[in-house]
Amino acid sequence: MASGLILLQGACAKQEPKMNQSSAANQISSGILYASRALLLLLTGLIVAWIFTSTALADEVGFEQAVQQLTTRKFRDKEKAVKQLADIQDKRTLPVLQALLDARLYYRKSDKRVVIVVPIDGQYQLSDPLNGEQLGTAAKRQLKKIGINNKLRKLLKAKLASLSLESPDVEVRLAAVEQMLGHLDEAQADYITRLAEQEQDEDVRDAMGSALALHQLEHGSDEQRLQAISLLSGNLSQVVNNHLQALLEKNEQGEFLETNTTLRKAASRALDLISSRLQINSIIETTFFGLSLGSVLLLAAIGLAITFGVMGVINMAHGELIMLGAYTTYLVQSAMPNYTDLSLIVAVPAAFIVSGLFGIMIERFVIRHLYGRPLETLLATFGVSLILQQLVRTVISAQNVAVSNPSWMSGSWQINAALSLTYNRLFIFIFAMVVFVALLLILKKTALGLQVRAVSQNRPMAQAMGIRSGWVDAMTFGLGSGVAGIAGVALSQLTNVGPNMGQAYIIDSFMVVVFGGVGNLWGTFVGALSLGAANKFIEPWSGAVLAKIIVLVFIIMFIQKYPRGLFPQKGRSAEN
Amino acid sequence: MVKLLQQYFQRDRGGNSMLGILLFISVMVPVLNLVVPESSVFHVSTYTVTLIGKYLTFALLALAVDLIWGYCGIMSLGHGAFFALGGYAMGMYLMRQIGDRGVYGNPELPDFMVFLNWSELPWYWSGFDMFWFAMLMVIVVPGLLAFVFGWLAFRSRVTGVYLSIITQALTYALMLAFFRNEMGFGGNNGLTDFKDILGYSLQSDFTRASLFAASAIILALAYLLSRYIINSKLGRVVVAIRDAEDRTRFIAYRVEYYKLWLFVVSAILAGMAGALYVPQVGIINPGEFSPLNSIELVIWVAIGGRGTLYGAVAGAVLVNFSKTWFTGILPEGWIFALGALFVVVTIYLPRGLVGIMNRKQAAQT
Repeated sequence: MASGLILLQGACAKQEPKMNQSSAANQISSGILYASRALLLLLTGLIVAWIFTSTALADEVGFEQAVQQLTTRKFRDKEKAVKQLADIQDKRTLPVLQALLDARLYYRKSDKRVVIVVPIDGQYQLSDPLNGEQLGTAAKRQLKKIGINNKLRKLLKAKLASLSLESPDVEVRLAAVEQMLGHLDEAQADYITRLAEQEQDEDVRDAMGSALALHQLEHGSDEQRLQAISLLSGNLSQVVNNHLQALLEKNEQGEFLETNTTLRKAASRALDLISSRLQINSIIETTFFGLSLGSVLLLAAIGLAITFGVMGVINMAHGELIMLGAYTTYLVQSAMPNYTDLSLIVAVPAAFIVSGLFGIMIERFVIRHLYGRPLETLLATFGVSLILQQLVRTVISAQNVAVSNPSWMSGSWQINAALSLTYNRLFIFIFAMVVFVALLLILKKTALGLQVRAVSQNRPMAQAMGIRSGWVDAMTFGLGSGVAGIAGVALSQLTNVGPNMGQAYIIDSFMVVVFGGVGNLWGTFVGALSLGAANKFIEPWSGAVLAKIIVLVFIIMFIQKYPRGLFPQKGRSAEN
Repeated sequence: MVKLLQQYFQRDRGGNSMLGILLFISVMVPVLNLVVPESSVFHVSTYTVTLIGKYLTFALLALAVDLIWGYCGIMSLGHGAFFALGGYAMGMYLMRQIGDRGVYGNPELPDFMVFLNWSELPWYWSGFDMFWFAMLMVIVVPGLLAFVFGWLAFRSRVTGVYLSIITQALTYALMLAFFRNEMGFGGNNGLTDFKDILGYSLQSDFTRASLFAASAIILALAYLLSRYIINSKLGRVVVAIRDAEDRTRFIAYRVEYYKLWLFVVSAILAGMAGALYVPQVGIINPGEFSPLNSIELVIWVAIGGRGTLYGAVAGAVLVNFSKTWFTGILPEGWIFALGALFVVVTIYLPRGLVGIMNRKQAAQT
């Protein structure tokens, strides 16, 4: 620590000359100043180091003694030892106390030496808590566990929390404060009050404020308690909720345990606020999950919206094209094991190309022979889907493969205590939107899009205008299939990647396209998001499977009423 | 009268030979199984009897599909659902026949209900201890579902691909539903461990042979019924609907009623196939509802040749036989072969195997 200080000051000093370089006259004087200042720094550094080493020496003995003290059988003495350890400012304390709490602190029966153990294959790997030295392995019967009781456990938790409160890591501090929420003692409250004044991070400061308010609520005067309640109202933490709830409890005679009416009223108001906020949160959360499911459906269905909607081709192998995209992700990831973060970005164009090429092949070899016979196309492409599945099973594996999440997609965005949105779902939602817009632009703004629309509206006329309709068919089908591949990349981040994964999406995708209205990308968009949201809003009171069944039955009914979907095509081309 | 009948049979050579074969095996196979001693070369093992019996139930299912697809152009991708519903009705009867011989020995409740801590039989299980009621349900449940579904779909003129997709969604939804334990149909495991039917043990050779004969005879009867329907005036209208639905409507036929009637008959035939299938195979589970099964049976019909009835029967038996044979020697190859069949048949054999045979005959004459 002392040497760290010196380094820090040295680094500051080194930057000094740069500022003074402009003037030559100043250089000499600044040189002298620099030298004298460096000398001063060195001196103070030495003094600081000396103070630290001397206290460290004293602490060293204390630390060793305290650790050894833990082997005593009396819990009261162990307690003293724990307190002593916590008081010594030493970075070794945290692991020791943590090990004690986790029942990983033992001592050797032979020499009463305290060790931290890690169980490996029925044996224990020992390490010295004093210097971290590895002491080899030992059998269980050579060791004796240092037992703790509930009182000690509580103490340990609190001490560990207060140690982590001063950690330089914001996350650690925040977690520590949240852990202490609701069971502060007087000393800790004072301690946190002090810390809160110096705390730089706003979140940690807020959390500390809540913890202190909760402490006031328990122990303060009525005035302070009222203030605490107003501070805590709207706080979404479960602990706060419980404490406020406790204020409204009644005894067996039906009288309130809390006699102060103003307090009770304030508490119930605060609780109302909390519950309404929680409700809003859960609605936001459900909407998010719904939109997330919707975006997955959108990705899966949008390729189909092109092949089915624009070309009128039923491609039952669409799910398998998604599967191929997911497997491409897997292969790309295996090819570059050290660049997981990058591999997903590489996988997107790769999957587009792989699935797109497969799609073009399917169009050239199978579908081309069957234009105008949609039911036969359905059967033939179903055969293709069986072949593709079996191909993957034979070539790669019948088992699911593991596709890892890149670091920028794992974790979640913690909005408040009760609401967090996972990054992978967030990214996939955004990704789906980007893909949708890109596809829309391709169909509306490019030459290919114009030709695709021309061929789908009137093939002979388009041919007469010099459009190679066969080529347009292949490209359109390749585009739709490529998008399916991209969907596979996204899905690989959410679900299992296996040979059968495509089948799970094929029916859903068709439902989305038919529900939205064939030949209309916006219909697919609205259909996917609304079906996803509907599914998630039904789920809480019916369960996942029943929700799915309800949605399916709803779509079946809907199609019977409106056979052409939400946004039917109008005009002559709609009639066949 | 006799002359009329003669005329009637003369028109359908393929069908007649199939009926002949069915009649022949419905007598011969049980005899070869039960009477001829096991040491003899001519003995047919019970395993084979059950296997062929299973093919015949599939053939009945294919016949049901051909009736609506081949003659009315309705490609149902959900006929497996009617098959499975018939199977479940039969399975429920067989389940109730187990009585207290289950693992838990409960005389009232099937094992899986005891396992789920259910205290009494759900209302929809009542009556299934009676054979006649179960048989009624084999007809009523698929028929009713087909009626409701068809009434809604045909009335709003859902046709072609859309109809195929929503029938597929129907069977998919039913599969998800039957997978749920709360439904009271045994969830994932379905209904199994059957002991006897009408008092006869399902394990005995006699019962197996009888079930086989029943399958063959019911298939023959279903064939005759289908042929009767197709040759009747109603059948003519149905074919007209297949070829030009709008025109048929314009000359004042209520297209949806004809379709609905045929669809319900087809569903009932499929349900009967399921009811015959379950006692022979010994299990019914939600896997029978899977969309894959329904679409596979459409390809049986396509391979045999649609719009001929006997072609569907031949296709079902042929595909299932090769499935058994193929999975025996090359398990992984079967899926490839099946996939290739789908592609090749739809592209190169739009009239199926029957189409090839007819073409050859036409070339000879």
